[in-house]
Amino acid sequence: MKNHVLRPLWVAIAFIALVLLARYILVPKDFGVQGGSFTYNFHRASNVQEWKDFPIKYLGKEVCVECHTENGEKLASSPHALIQCENCHGPGLDHPETENPETMTIDRSRALCLRCHADLSYPESNRSIIPGIDPNEHNVDSECVECHDSHNPDLEDM
Amino acid sequence: MTCSRRTLLKNVVKGTVAAALPVSAFKFLSPAQAKEAVEESTVRWGFLVDTTKCVGCGMCVKACKKENEVPYDAPVTRTWVERYVVTKDGKTHADSPMGARDGFTDPKIRGEEVVDKNDIAKAFFVPKLCNQCEKPACVQVCPVGATYQTGDGVVLVDRTWCIGCGYCIMACPYGVRFFHPVYKVAEKCTFCYHRITKGMKTACTQACPFGARQVGNLKDHDDPITKIILNERVAVLKDEYGTKPNVFYIGLDFNVR
Repeated sequence: MKNHVLRPLWVAIAFIALVLLARYILVPKDFGVQGGSFTYNFHRASNVQEWKDFPIKYLGKEVCVECHTENGEKLASSPHALIQCENCHGPGLDHPETENPETMTIDRSRALCLRCHADLSYPESNRSIIPGIDPNEHNVDSECVECHDSHNPDLEDM
Repeated sequence: MTCSRRTLLKNVVKGTVAAALPVSAFKFLSPAQAKEAVEESTVRWGFLVDTTKCVGCGMCVKACKKENEVPYDAPVTRTWVERYVVTKDGKTHADSPMGARDGFTDPKIRGEEVVDKNDIAKAFFVPKLCNQCEKPACVQVCPVGATYQTGDGVVLVDRTWCIGCGYCIMACPYGVRFFHPVYKVAEKCTFCYHRITKGMKTACTQACPFGARQVGNLKDHDDPITKIILNERVAVLKDEYGTKPNVFYIGLDFNVR
C-alpha cells in the first residue's frame, strides 16, 4: 500500500490508542454493571458506600430521652407525644459530644406551631381534628410559647 | 463376551459424559439456597404514604432538607407536600409553597382567596418523594453511568461522575429530580440510604408525627409495611408510564397528578 494511504491510517490508530489509554486511566476500576444490567446498574461500585457514609443528623427521640428523661416523660403523657424532639429542637448531630451543648437551635417561633395549628378546617382531612386558630386574629404579636407549654400543651393545665 | 468396535466407542462416549457430570448437578436446591446462589438481595425498599393521615405540617420536608444538606432557602427539595382543594363546582386548586417546607398555614391558594369553607367538596394533602422505580426512566437516559439502581432497589446519583446534563431531570415522570445548587449535579431522594441501611427510618418518616409516611422492606412479607401494601387497597402514581414505582399510596384521589 502506498505511503499516503498508510500515514492517515497510523494517525487514526494512534488516536484510537490514545482514547483507549485515557479511558483506561480515567475510568475507575470498580466501574461496571455489578451483576445487574447495563440499563439500570452500570455504575461505580464504591459510590454505594459513599452514600452509606453520609452523616446522620436526626437521631430520634429514643436517643434524646436517654439523658433528658424528665422532659421525655412529660412529653410522653401529653397530646404532643407523637412529635419528635428534633422537630422543634433541631437535628441532634454531635449534640452531646461537642463542647458547647447549646449548639442546638430551638425553634420557638409562632410559625412552627402554625404548621399544624393554623385553622384550615378542611373536611375529610385530619387537619380539622387538630385544634386550630386563625393566625391573623389569635394574639397576633405574641409567640405561642409565651402562654402555651409545648411539652404539655393541654389547655386545662394552662 | 464380545465387544464390537461400535459398542466400545459408544460406551466410551457414554462413560466420559457420565464421568464429567458432577454429583452436585443432581442436587435439589431449596428456594432459599437457589436465591443465595444467584446472589439476589433480600431487601427491596418500598414506601407507604397514607394521605388520609397527612395534615400538611411539612415537618418531613424540613427534616429532609436538613438531614440531606439540601440548601434550605433554595426552591428545590427532595420531598414535598401538595395541597389539593376540590370545590363543589368541580374545580381543583393545588399548591405546594416552597414544597411545604414551612407547612400550610394560609387558606389562600397561590395567594388567591379560594372559596367559602362551605364550597369545599374535599381537601387533602399528598406527600411526594422519589418512587425508586423498578424500571427507572431517569437511569436509562444517563449517558455517563452516574445514576444507577442499587441491589436493594434505591436509585442513587454518583456526584463525582455526574456531568450535570439534566437528561434525568427531564426523564423523571414524577419530577422528583432537580439540579443541586451547590454540587452542580443531579440530585434526588435516596430514601435516606445512609439511614435505612443502618436500620433507621428515613428522616421524613421519623419526623412525621402522624405516621403518614412509612418505609419498609418489600421482600420481607412479615414487614408491617409490606403487609399493608399486600393486603390493603393501595395505589401508585402514574402507573401508565410503566416505571413500576415503589411508593404506594393509601387514599389517593384521581385529582392527584
